[in-house]
Amino acid sequence: MSLREKGAITGVGETAYSRESGRSVLSLQLEASLKAIEDAGLKPTDIDGVIPYASGVVAEDFITNLGLPDLRFSAVTPLGGASCVAAVQCAVAAIAAGICNHVLIPVGRNGASQGRIGMRVQQMPQFRVVGEFEMPLGAIAPAQLYAPMARRHMELYGTTSRQLGEIAVSTRANAMLNGNAVMTKPMTIEDHQASRMISDPFRLFDCSLESDGSCAIVVSGVERARDLRKPPVVVMGVAEGHPDSPSVITQRPDMTRFGLAKAAPRAFEMAGVKHDDIDVAEIYDCFTFVVMCQLEDLGFCKKGEGGPFVESGAIRLGGKLPVNTHGGLLSQAHMVGMNHIAELVRQLRGEAGKAQVRDAEIGLVTGYGDMGDGSVAIMRRG
Amino acid sequence: MSATGTYNKLVPEPTPHSAPYWEGLNRGKLLLQKCGGCGEIRHYPRPMCPSCHSMEVEWVEASGRGVIHSWTITHHAFHPGVRDDLPYTLATVDLEEGVRMLAQLRGVPDDKLRIGLPVRVEFETVKEGLTLPYLVPGEPA
Ligand SMILES: [Zn+2]
Repeated sequence: MSLREKGAITGVGETAYSRESGRSVLSLQLEASLKAIEDAGLKPTDIDGVIPYASGVVAEDFITNLGLPDLRFSAVTPLGGASCVAAVQCAVAAIAAGICNHVLIPVGRNGASQGRIGMRVQQMPQFRVVGEFEMPLGAIAPAQLYAPMARRHMELYGTTSRQLGEIAVSTRANAMLNGNAVMTKPMTIEDHQASRMISDPFRLFDCSLESDGSCAIVVSGVERARDLRKPPVVVMGVAEGHPDSPSVITQRPDMTRFGLAKAAPRAFEMAGVKHDDIDVAEIYDCFTFVVMCQLEDLGFCKKGEGGPFVESGAIRLGGKLPVNTHGGLLSQAHMVGMNHIAELVRQLRGEAGKAQVRDAEIGLVTGYGDMGDGSVAIMRRG
Repeated sequence: MSATGTYNKLVPEPTPHSAPYWEGLNRGKLLLQKCGGCGEIRHYPRPMCPSCHSMEVEWVEASGRGVIHSWTITHHAFHPGVRDDLPYTLATVDLEEGVRMLAQLRGVPDDKLRIGLPVRVEFETVKEGLTLPYLVPGEPA
């Protein structure tokens, strides 16, 4: 059995994104969840599966607050930033197996106002090995752990900081078209080059935001999805992939290759589409380089050619492959990539407003997490 | 850094599998796990050999010589304990034994950093019971 066309995204919901919500993470997640359920045209009591993000809010909280009488499925997909798209795979699998009908996948955090990243990752079990052997040496935050991947790419392939900057600039331009983005000031390549160095080669504008807010989606069986309020967005192919040496980048044979490189061929094969069929792509962007490397791992360009690819304007709105049309984690908000799924759904429904890619029918969304976990889903307008 | 006074950096919590590695550093030795089944060297320390699944381990002393695989120069204090060290260079190094290590690199100007640059390991006792490795320029092999 394949998961091809077995499930669809039927609802998406987002709170306002900010630097200080002034509310609990649970209340944020409940608000986004209610919006997603409403968007699907469902009642909370229709939800019979939930995949909470590994952040302290648990399935029991949704049963208790949403009043779910008979939750039949719960799981957690602990792949850091690859969790959300991996959760879509998990939800479609549970639905295809007949376990449940409508799975709620919420993410929410007070990432800006509480527990910032350098402190937060020390508590995560996926960072245990790095925590013992690298953090005591001063390699503490993802920016420092990922920077050597970017530096190696630059040394091997001639990739430049300005090329990374193009990703930040393009993403900011898209955020300015979105009514719910934290960063709305225009950015030029010169602004990027003038931003302070965090951990070379990553400048401030190569790094994603820390944000407060919540984003949730509902995944339903493809048959039931047809009867709901909005046109379904059908999951054609979905996969997760784990990199070699998944606990530490230091020991990875090729540190310019993510788990996504393993997942992408599986997802494309399942979906039965080619790269040219993809009209829009929402690519996990915790750092600019992570976008570039994923474009290569997905096969949109060859390994090492990500720099010239983005420099050509390919990822701009109106380009060959518009990327992160909502402003991404770099400029909209850091919602662990659930906002990427929400944006793809809007694009494929034709609800993306000023950032709408004309006639978008098929799109792709990725996740990237921890030390290089990858996930990817290819979806179509239903 | 001093061996006395308050040490406010992150400290490791050794496990039964890694304790010999940390004890080795305290004696000024970089120890690597060598599989008791197939002889493969692995790093960082862990209980099982992924090639033959043996849990027998022998600890061997590394030469301490290697070449730079990649690096980053950190300008931001992600932890209060590193504020006085900024900026510092973290180098990923291919050791002669075929595994990699990561440590701070000292004594190499930023514009001299390159893949393949020879380096060697030194040791520094940063607090009672904790010795950390760092890297300095080495001689070409
Ligand atoms: Zn072995």
